[in-house]
Amino acid sequence: MSIVIEPPRSSKPKRTNWEKYGWMYMRASGVLLVILIFGHLFTNLWLGEGIKAIDFAFVGGKWSDPFWQVWDLLMLWLALIHGTNGMRTIVNDYAERVAVRKTLTYVLWATCAALIVLGTLVIFTFDPCPANGTIENLPSFCPAK
Amino acid sequence: MPSKPAGTLYRGKVGMWSWVLHRITGVAIFFFLLVHVLDTSLVRLSPEAYDAVIATYKTPLIGVAELGLVAAILFHALNGIRVILIDFWGKGAKYQNLMFWIVVVVAFVIFAAFAPRHLMHVFHLG
Repeated sequence: MSIVIEPPRSSKPKRTNWEKYGWMYMRASGVLLVILIFGHLFTNLWLGEGIKAIDFAFVGGKWSDPFWQVWDLLMLWLALIHGTNGMRTIVNDYAERVAVRKTLTYVLWATCAALIVLGTLVIFTFDPCPANGTIENLPSFCPAK
Repeated sequence: MPSKPAGTLYRGKVGMWSWVLHRITGVAIFFFLLVHVLDTSLVRLSPEAYDAVIATYKTPLIGVAELGLVAAILFHALNGIRVILIDFWGKGAKYQNLMFWIVVVVAFVIFAAFAPRHLMHVFHLG
């Protein structure tokens, strides 16, 4: 197959430049992720008892507040797409065989989609006071307490 | 004896090494993110399952590894801002070398503030 070089300044409608939008996405999501992840680390690892205090009751308390639900949802979507697109760039740089590159790229986006669906469902169908929880593991605001 | 390749504005300098570090930290953060979404999803299964897995995050070994994760995030985040400034700020390319060292210093200062506090929690001191 011969390579077709489009004449410059042709009035033909151009194909969408996905690489350009990918480039822009990395920067836009990057700025938001700095805020979201620094805030995430500050509230979870710095405030209070840090890592020591993280358990089911801690997550239950946070996700009873729509503010943290939206925060974590944004982080989930933005970070997974940012990370997957970064990995795709690395695959493009180092995977020389076309079949290897295509397979890895497919696996990356399939993993990304699966985790986004899983995480989104978890955030919105989460019950901070589940019936299967032993009482000492539940947040203090649960009626079983 | 083959002679050493001649230096360029990029090769072997701050531009190249910041790129290498950005890649390595990015890949490390990506794999942690995959694990972190999965472990957090355990809250949907049962409180016991989540608490059992999150307990491993409080062990000395993983607790110290978390310092590496935070260091990687600090570098990747701040160097990412440097990349954006190089792309969009008129003087970004001129100051890219200086900005790299600002990234290193700011990352180190935040890390130095975080590390003792985190280790205190991991090792149950105070």
